[in-house]
Amino acid sequence: MIDKFNIGPRSVSRRGLLGGAAAGAMTLGLGGAANAQKPLVIGFIYVGPRDDYGYNQAHAEAAAVLKKMPGVKVQEEEKVPETVSVEKTMESMINLDGATLVFPTSFGYFDPYMLKVAGKYPKIQFRHCGGLWTEGKHPMNTGSYFGYIDEAQYLAGIVAGSVTKSGKLGFVAAKPIPQVLRNINAFTMGAQSVNPKVTTQVIFTGDWALPVKEAEATNSMIAQGVDVVTCHVDSPKVVVETAERAGIYTCGYHCNQAKLAPKGYLTGAEWNWERIYVDMVNDMKAGKAPGNFVRGGLKEGYVRTSAYGPAVPAAVRDKADAAKLAVLNGSLSIYKGALKDNKGNVVIPAGTSYVITEPKLESMNYLVEGVVGSTS
Amino acid sequence: MASDLGLWSVPLAMIAGAIRVSTPFIFVSVGECLTERSGRINLGLEGTMIMGAMSGYGVALVSGSPWLGVLVAAGVGMLLGALHAAICQLPRVNDVATGIGMMLFGTGLAFFLGKPLIQPKAPNLGAIDFGWWSSIPQIHQALQVNYLFIIGVVLAFAMAWALKNTRWGLIVRLAGESVDAALAIGASVARTRLIATSIGGAFAGVGGAFLSLYYPGSWNEGLSSGQGLMAVALVIFARWEPVRCLWASLLFGAAGAISPALQSVGVTQGYYLFSAAPYVLTLALMIATCSPERSLRGAPAELGAVK
Repeated sequence: MIDKFNIGPRSVSRRGLLGGAAAGAMTLGLGGAANAQKPLVIGFIYVGPRDDYGYNQAHAEAAAVLKKMPGVKVQEEEKVPETVSVEKTMESMINLDGATLVFPTSFGYFDPYMLKVAGKYPKIQFRHCGGLWTEGKHPMNTGSYFGYIDEAQYLAGIVAGSVTKSGKLGFVAAKPIPQVLRNINAFTMGAQSVNPKVTTQVIFTGDWALPVKEAEATNSMIAQGVDVVTCHVDSPKVVVETAERAGIYTCGYHCNQAKLAPKGYLTGAEWNWERIYVDMVNDMKAGKAPGNFVRGGLKEGYVRTSAYGPAVPAAVRDKADAAKLAVLNGSLSIYKGALKDNKGNVVIPAGTSYVITEPKLESMNYLVEGVVGSTS
Repeated sequence: MASDLGLWSVPLAMIAGAIRVSTPFIFVSVGECLTERSGRINLGLEGTMIMGAMSGYGVALVSGSPWLGVLVAAGVGMLLGALHAAICQLPRVNDVATGIGMMLFGTGLAFFLGKPLIQPKAPNLGAIDFGWWSSIPQIHQALQVNYLFIIGVVLAFAMAWALKNTRWGLIVRLAGESVDAALAIGASVARTRLIATSIGGAFAGVGGAFLSLYYPGSWNEGLSSGQGLMAVALVIFARWEPVRCLWASLLFGAAGAISPALQSVGVTQGYYLFSAAPYVLTLALMIATCSPERSLRGAPAELGAVK
């Protein structure tokens, strides 16, 4: 980061130079030829360390796949706060490294930072993870992508609900925002699909990375008899390790944590960002702009489940695999009526069933029946 | 069965939380108590703690012995404490500003050197099982006590005794209360403060090692998240008394456990408020014990004086 600040002032002249060269090539009709020689430079920006066993690692693993593609150069910067410093990072990636496609991967980068830089560099493509890109409202050189990971959570819930002996599952969550609530609800409904009596205890820690609170939350649920725990925090490492030490089961999140819990790891909901990134890079190579609004779940391959751990019996694996098949061929809908929240209100009326892309689901503000917890 | 305890499990969880969470607070605040009694303030303990956590974890990983990690963490803490003391000894140096500098230095250095330590798993300091007699899982879990917690409790009492009853304790207090008096009996104020600050640093290093080697028990960059700073504030809260530092740390640990404990028994409304409990508690007690008539009781007279 330091060296980029030091050579910052030079970037202005460098930008002018690059722009001039590109214009020159274009007027000569050599655009295509020049592109074939020059590698495609892609910038990745992470909010935390890229080996955190969590959200950032999931992106970095996909970036590592891109690095192996011919004619592609990947630039990464980690631990960039969601402040004006992400603008500086984006600008130095564009001006100094020549990046033409930038992936700011953290939620808070989108508005206003990425939108501002995108306005300044209309020829550069920006794709943001998790934002809600809207045509007409946001520039055309920006876009957003995300995965319906609640589908994978539903499958993990089936495994958790089959394996639990106490009938109590635990969920350590950071904040009650729609993405988190979808995961808690899908996990619970998956478990209830095999055992209607299962409840999920949820504990909100209040922020994305609070290791001591996460350990404390896990321990207090274990004391209450919870025997399968999962989470939605930036790095599941602490939760998974604490559970393994106490001898209970865990389901992972973001990426595969089986190494941290060789005995108790059941399965987990993982991102598979490389599917999105490889497609977008191929679009760039073909001279097209990548999609502006990219969403997908198990079917598109954007999310997946971890390989089953040794504690999952064959019959349970078959049950989860059957449900996966049903999600893939569209015969199973996770969100269908009549669905009640945990205060007794009907949130999806009987006879209604939502497809996973339903926009109403993106503003979820309730916990379903069987979840012990509250959104406020 | 677990749920039989009902609401009784909340106080039990708070005691368990106090034992689990308070250890780093005990070490940092008792160490800082000694440092401040000698007339020096070290705000850099947050950085010292993180360096201790990182170096302890790294050494435990390489050597396979978590206790060697604790020892190295103490050594690293001692060096950082000595560095702080040495800088503060220069003329016209403000120890508050130096402390903030040391905090940023320690944190940055630990993040830089700790990069390769995020993924691997180091051995854990074990716990003593005091709950073997009980068949109730909550009690069993609550009484898993780490050795460092016991050492911390003993240290707090030993420190209080030493400050009161030994010649060395007298010199430390003199250096903090009146430099002239200390000089009059022929004690070196600079040397006393150097030693007191180094020991305080070593304690903070051990507190950090507890975080990375026992609870939560792994190295990552959000590990401390301000606990070192809170521990320094606890010293003021405890009126510069080591044993009161111990009580304050336990109280703080218990207050921190309220939010998850209540949520786990189904009291789920207003958890943001419960999460703020430790800070509300600190404020309330500060207001209750302050007085417009006098300055903070127990504050060493030379504390924060700039030469």
